[in-house]
Amino acid sequence: MTETTYREAIREGLREALQADERVFLMGEDVGHYGGCYAVTKGLIQEFGPERIRDTPLSESGFVGAGVGAALGGMRPIVEIMTVNFSLLALDQIVNNAATIRHMSGGQFSVPLVIRMATGAGRQLAAQHSHSFECWYAHVPGLKVLVPGTLDDARHMLKMALADPDPVIIFEHVLLYNQSGELSAAEPPPMEQAVVRRPGRDLSLISYGGSLPKALSAAEQLAGSGIEAEVLDLRCLRPLDAAAIVKTVSRTRRAVIIDEGWRSGSLAAEVSAIIMEQAFWELDAPVARVCSDEVPIPYPRHLEQAALPQVDEILAAANQVLGRS
Amino acid sequence: MNGQQGGKPHINRDHLLALLTGMVRIRRFEEKCAELYTEEKIRGFLHLYIGEEAVAVGISQALQPDDALVSTYREHGHALARGIPMGPVMAEMYGKVTGCSRGRGGSMHLYDAAHRFFGGNAIVAGGLPLAVGLALADRMRGENRVTVCFFGEGAAAEGEFHESLNLAALWQLPILFVCENNLYAMGTALDLSESEKHIYLKARSYGIASWPVDGMNVVDVEAAAIRACESIRAGAGPQFLECNTYRFRGHSMFDSQLYRDKDEIELWQKRGPIVRLQDWMQTNQMLHEADLPGIERIVAAEVEEAVAFAEEGEFEAESDLTRDVYTPRADT
Repeated sequence: MTETTYREAIREGLREALQADERVFLMGEDVGHYGGCYAVTKGLIQEFGPERIRDTPLSESGFVGAGVGAALGGMRPIVEIMTVNFSLLALDQIVNNAATIRHMSGGQFSVPLVIRMATGAGRQLAAQHSHSFECWYAHVPGLKVLVPGTLDDARHMLKMALADPDPVIIFEHVLLYNQSGELSAAEPPPMEQAVVRRPGRDLSLISYGGSLPKALSAAEQLAGSGIEAEVLDLRCLRPLDAAAIVKTVSRTRRAVIIDEGWRSGSLAAEVSAIIMEQAFWELDAPVARVCSDEVPIPYPRHLEQAALPQVDEILAAANQVLGRS
Repeated sequence: MNGQQGGKPHINRDHLLALLTGMVRIRRFEEKCAELYTEEKIRGFLHLYIGEEAVAVGISQALQPDDALVSTYREHGHALARGIPMGPVMAEMYGKVTGCSRGRGGSMHLYDAAHRFFGGNAIVAGGLPLAVGLALADRMRGENRVTVCFFGEGAAAEGEFHESLNLAALWQLPILFVCENNLYAMGTALDLSESEKHIYLKARSYGIASWPVDGMNVVDVEAAAIRACESIRAGAGPQFLECNTYRFRGHSMFDSQLYRDKDEIELWQKRGPIVRLQDWMQTNQMLHEADLPGIERIVAAEVEEAVAFAEEGEFEAESDLTRDVYTPRADT
């Protein structure tokens, strides 16, 4: 077991995929000569050459659509979009083509495309580089949506996504890139399974991606006051592992959902609805949500932090559902 | 009636008769579709290609079986000219499970893996990036194949048109862009939507070899397509043809055509692709008396069979509603 970072783990996953299958190639803005805007792909162009580490012009719709076409044409493209806000320029290709072609063709064509992109706030990049639209993509049948929140998932989810015959979007939270630690010896469970990151019996903290470390930190603090919180990492937002959600809530009878998306129409709302529909009679308290405030992410640090889910808000919500406020 | 760019179409009677038959097939098929629409056998949007048949038939002459096609929502002609059997195309219009897309797509979304026909795309310009990707895959896999991408002149106003032309030229991809300029983007005239009205000049500005073609002359289209595809197969990179044409019917079945004069339509109909080839063949003693009735008889029988095939097909069971959203893992 060696020390690594989330960034290096993704890079290792990319390297392994490129070595394993000559149909795999990576394209996107600044992935090659620049080394990736978050340095994820640094050095790959030297190793694999400019054909397979393909710099593209600033044409999100064009190169994402080219990824769809290349997937139809027998390749296994990985398309990197710099950040989730830019992916809105490629929504047509993702939603109208990648997600629909299998269906519209009556099952004749699959689109084995992987799209990776950075998501989330916390670097004072203001309202056009900081949002969390995972939930929008998770709304669309035909797509699968992965949100690696740990080093192991950063290292191994790409391989699982490439093995999937349908379009898979991987969201990498910008604040996780520098997270460091050791990789496990074992490979993680299948990508569509939620995983309990910390067992507990008093309440469930349900989260994913960039909010997962905050949930774990809150659980640690709660443990200091004798509360054992179970932390469920969703890992995959479409399809959602409803059975795992129901299972944890049935054990703890209380749930707080932590999600960096805006509260209205959020992924947290979907999880909450699943609990309502499938575990209502197991609950001892109403479900609580900790989400971003309903404002475009502001630039100044204090306002940005005020807009985002924070550990103390999770603690407050936990105390509320425990009736300890 | 010869190719204007030095390509090599076969100016012999048999070939010209085949071209004529190809266009009549599309015309009669679509006339039947319009009829079936009023009978409510076909629903949704129905965009007819009537008037533009020379483009589909001319381009398809230059293609090999393993070339790929990407098309638009006005794609019945492209599908038929490509060789997708008429029965499954008609059944698709009906929404039957025997349709070429299992009825899931309808008129605007014809697909056929066997003919490498990658859809009717109903987002204007949405097919261009897809075609770029198919051509990129061929390039990376070392396949000497052409991807043909059809779109209307309305697509030239979309960003995806420009992004795709740039990518194709930048990466020198084996792709033939075919702009079917029928002068109206739905009801908006080209004059009202483009500052540069010659679409082929836009392609040239990306460094793509590009020509205007008389899209009402099937032999001209064929000649241009053969020349363009030869260049592509020889490694000369993307090529662009602006086929100037005209649709005789409305944009869809809902169109009352307030935006153009009847005189204009009649003028174009006089130089329609079918009458034009017929007249030329007659003038040059290449059309025998029995030819036209013979073609009409064969085509009528094919259309009749296609309708019967569509009528006989089953609707998919509702219990199958959610199939083909994801790929069953056993398929992979």
